[in-house]
Amino acid sequence: MIQTHAPVHSVEEIASGIFRLSFRSREVASAALPGQFVNVKVNDSLFPLLRRPFSIFSVESEAVSIVFNVIGEGTRILVSKKPGDVVDVIGPLGNGFSVAMDSKNYKTALIVAGGLGIAPFPFLLSQIGKDKKVLSFTGARTSNQIVRLGMGHMHIATDDGSEGFAGNVVDLLEEHLSHHHYELPRIFCCGPARMLKRLSDFAQKKGIECYASLECAMACGVGLCQGCPVETINGKKKYVLVCKEGPVFETSTVFV
Amino acid sequence: MMNETFTIAGVTFRNRVLVASGTFGYGDEVPELVDADKLGGIVTKSLSMKPRDGNPAPRIAETASGMLNSIGLANIGVQKFIDEKIPKLSSFASTVIANIAASSVEEYCAVLEALDPFKVVAGFEINVSCPNVKEGGLSFGTDKVKVALITRELRRRTKKPLIIKLTPNVTHISEFALAAESEGADAVSVINTLIGMAIDIRTRKTRISTITGGLSGPAIKPIAIAKVYEVYRAVQIPIIGIGGITSWEDAVEFLLAGASAVQIGTYNFVDPSAGVKVAEGIKLFCEKQSIGNVGELVGAMEAQRSLSVIESWL
Repeated sequence: MIQTHAPVHSVEEIASGIFRLSFRSREVASAALPGQFVNVKVNDSLFPLLRRPFSIFSVESEAVSIVFNVIGEGTRILVSKKPGDVVDVIGPLGNGFSVAMDSKNYKTALIVAGGLGIAPFPFLLSQIGKDKKVLSFTGARTSNQIVRLGMGHMHIATDDGSEGFAGNVVDLLEEHLSHHHYELPRIFCCGPARMLKRLSDFAQKKGIECYASLECAMACGVGLCQGCPVETINGKKKYVLVCKEGPVFETSTVFV
Repeated sequence: MMNETFTIAGVTFRNRVLVASGTFGYGDEVPELVDADKLGGIVTKSLSMKPRDGNPAPRIAETASGMLNSIGLANIGVQKFIDEKIPKLSSFASTVIANIAASSVEEYCAVLEALDPFKVVAGFEINVSCPNVKEGGLSFGTDKVKVALITRELRRRTKKPLIIKLTPNVTHISEFALAAESEGADAVSVINTLIGMAIDIRTRKTRISTITGGLSGPAIKPIAIAKVYEVYRAVQIPIIGIGGITSWEDAVEFLLAGASAVQIGTYNFVDPSAGVKVAEGIKLFCEKQSIGNVGELVGAMEAQRSLSVIESWL
């Protein structure tokens, strides 16, 4: 974990209304692991006050990238960054997918992403062992909002039916698995809370291990503010912090 | 040689910038990001007798240049602090103040008595002003008789610096400072968070789980400075100014209003090394102004009406 003023390399629209910002930091790039995040101060003014957490989308040599859509003051400022502008970054932070990803106890990775929940997966796909079979499932409102960069082949679901399966990505996954059998599958997922809850229930019913990257409002990202609790299931502590113990959790251990 | 130090009841702090309770863990959270030895002092997360889980999510929400929080005093409890944190804190160069929160006078006393024997705990800051717990907290801090009682009982049990952290959620905070002073408090911390609230207009739900929370950050700085000024005119004991400090300029403003020292709170979340930067900035400012002792700034505001304010606008 370091704090650095990183120069912006590029900002590009990679799907309709979805942007990728790439910045240069050798230290963050070399330490980053799939599923970790960075906490970004978008300007040096006191509004917005707090940093904004983003999953690491990709790491290519010294370039680290994040993806976002413009939904508030922080992302409005980020999208207007020009190459050479500086962002204040703390990272890489949290526990990512690494332990689950590197395990020998599974053979098939089922990647399931809802909307911007795609964020951690291009990096994960670039690091996952070649001995694993990988299938990706992604859901979006409509075809032009699907992030395809770095994802390879995907099974696609759209709410409006403009591409692939008409419906949500959990239904698509369930449908797919009802026709196909995979050896020792494991789910890696990220997306809206309701999607994660359904996947968690599905995984439990089928006896599939499931790892989810959770989202939570957080101020510091490093455990100082205690602002991002998630309730544990039969844990020693009632709450753990998304920023420190997560953001990736085995879904049988917390109430997603 | 610049004198940056200050003293409360015989305990000397290396400079006048501390980190506020609940914004810096137990001092050992982020060694990668900040050299805690360069701080004047560290005030620990509030400690209670038993561990506390804290409140459900969402615990925080950002508001205009501020944040609402309702952490609910989540902490590891005094025994775990003694077992796991005190050994680490013993190597710190900066002064460690243990913050105590409790839901009864007896609990305050028990936590203080458990910590008092440890040399590394240089003093105590008493949280009688948390707005986010059902018992204790604000119900103590808004009652002068209870503030006096808690101060009196704790004063009997320690010779170390006893600092009472006051809430701004009262009509006249100076009356509470006087109550603490008259019962033997060595200093007061001014201010804790203000009760605030925010609603998501789309979901119509409150933005934090406990409906109201504590407002902090730059948004509250002018209120905090006014409270420091009010208390400064009322008591003789030192005041530790808290509320929205992000820069050395903010800190100097608090000193001029009457604070002997300051604490950085919310801004640690944005920049964990903010306290170190503020301390360095105060030192440079004093050097430039040929001030030999930072203490010369305390209460040194000009009482006369300002004739022109245009420079601070532009």
